[in-house]
Amino acid sequence: MSPVDQIRDPKSEIRNPFLLAVWSLAARELVRFFRQRSRLVGALGQPILFWVLFGAGLHGSFSPPAWAPRSMTYQEYFFPGVEVMIVLFTAIFSTISIIEDRREGFLQGVLVAPISPLAVVMGKLCGGAALSVIQAGLFLALAPFLGLAMSPVVVLEVILFLALLAFSLTALGFLIAWPLDSTQGFHAIMSIFLLPMWLLSGAIFPAGNSGWLRWVIYVNPLTYGVAGLRRLLYSGESLDAAPGLPAMSVCIAVTLVFCLVCVSISVWLANRRTSRDAR
Amino acid sequence: MSATAAISIAGLSHRYGSLTALDGISFDVAAGAIFGLLGPNGGGKTTLFRILATLLPVQEGHVRLLDRDVAREPAQVRRFIGVTFQSPSLDRKLTVRENLVTQGRLYGIARRPLRNRIDELLSRLGLAERSRDRVESLSGGLARRVEIAKGLLHEPRVLLLDEPSTGLDPGARLDLWLYLRTLQRDAGVTVLVTTHLMEEAERCDTLAILDSGRIVALGSPVELRDSIGGDCLTIDSPSPAELAGRIAEKFHVTPRVIGPQLRIETASGHELLREVVEAFGPEISSVSLAKPTLEDVFVQRTGHKFWDESSSQEK
Repeated sequence: MSPVDQIRDPKSEIRNPFLLAVWSLAARELVRFFRQRSRLVGALGQPILFWVLFGAGLHGSFSPPAWAPRSMTYQEYFFPGVEVMIVLFTAIFSTISIIEDRREGFLQGVLVAPISPLAVVMGKLCGGAALSVIQAGLFLALAPFLGLAMSPVVVLEVILFLALLAFSLTALGFLIAWPLDSTQGFHAIMSIFLLPMWLLSGAIFPAGNSGWLRWVIYVNPLTYGVAGLRRLLYSGESLDAAPGLPAMSVCIAVTLVFCLVCVSISVWLANRRTSRDAR
Repeated sequence: MSATAAISIAGLSHRYGSLTALDGISFDVAAGAIFGLLGPNGGGKTTLFRILATLLPVQEGHVRLLDRDVAREPAQVRRFIGVTFQSPSLDRKLTVRENLVTQGRLYGIARRPLRNRIDELLSRLGLAERSRDRVESLSGGLARRVEIAKGLLHEPRVLLLDEPSTGLDPGARLDLWLYLRTLQRDAGVTVLVTTHLMEEAERCDTLAILDSGRIVALGSPVELRDSIGGDCLTIDSPSPAELAGRIAEKFHVTPRVIGPQLRIETASGHELLREVVEAFGPEISSVSLAKPTLEDVFVQRTGHKFWDESSSQEK
């Protein structure tokens, strides 16, 4: 049988070319990640370092917010924030590669393949989100040392919520990286936008009562990611009526909407054909 | 548009801001032909190539591939075109095989036929022993062959190759052309290659010469060379303009001055050569007589040299 016949052979027809394309691109992300050890160290090492150092440094000056138990240490408060930081950093590292793909030429091959722009976006997001969840999951293994006893159901809930968050932040990274031609540009946006977004999400300090800062935290979609994670980690305890901490339903709703918006913009960007794509 | 055209381009223009890269181009590529797009860098080849590859939008005019409108149905067009870019498009961190597997999955090829197809291409392109090596460890020429394998993987009906021999040694270049001929003969694949190499252009069935965004010549290499007439006389002179005037006056021919050279196309070059040297010997530093080349065609149609600096400002 000649190869032409084999490829056109109905028995070997692919049932879902969309999923195959997404898998193709996502698998590539994973392979690349594990071949670049420095990325693993960067994405997981820095948050852990932050956690240990900030936890030790701010231990004395931290007073738990109104909704938290009196006994909460800073390390404990900071824990969900570090989880979100891991997700954010992994999202940044995996979407910055869009710029490299464009510069190194890999992207042009993807753009002429007969796949929908949704598949291009989903391939990147699934790959990036999977890496985020793997790393955040590893960090989650430290939770018992803080005295957070989690049932398998809670662990599953946390992982699912992390996945949603990872998907959203990777999509945010995608829509930032897609129009850029230099990684320096991405670093600039990271410093003035993505990091402040994390700093002002309740990850590192509670909203408090001060005026404008409270509002910034209030409108920051990431606030609801951090809060949602916090609530899930303390599922067994009575954070339910905690004032100043958004309800779980609100956290999920806001994160979902944020995710949809970022994915939609990414697909729209990937669907455009401009002179820029020809570089 | 003729019924047998694989590629049909009508009134195509493209601008980058105020710079016009393509200026109202029209031509057809017959199905099953090897079609060459020859021109200096900056002539518009790459722009045209990228429009055909669906990477650039069609700003003005119409482009059809196998009767599909590139602007309206890019998804259908992508299915049957194979594209090999001039710049690398491989993932350097992946192995040769991983790159091809990734590509094959994007084209929806199932596992088993994909494996067979990759094995076949790797052995045909002499890459079988390197299939487990990462692309970053390959030489430029080998990586180039992987690029070509990538473009051929899904058995495209129209193959678009941008400067395919860049980085290939002469042996590999010959192999590539033999393979293109095989594809054309056995599978009826239509091939469009861009090139700035005359030697490569000679191998095409039909050739379009592109300069400053316009088609300046279209035909088979033989037709194009014959269009110039019998011979081509090239004269080097310290004062070319003055000499041109005097030759024109005396022999009723029209020499063209290109830098320090005069070029004269004539039916009987050897006679003119003798007479010119007899008449103006002292003003000539060297003279040569040759059958016209594609370069002469280019010079004749554009009035400037192929490697002219002024024409090399690509977007």
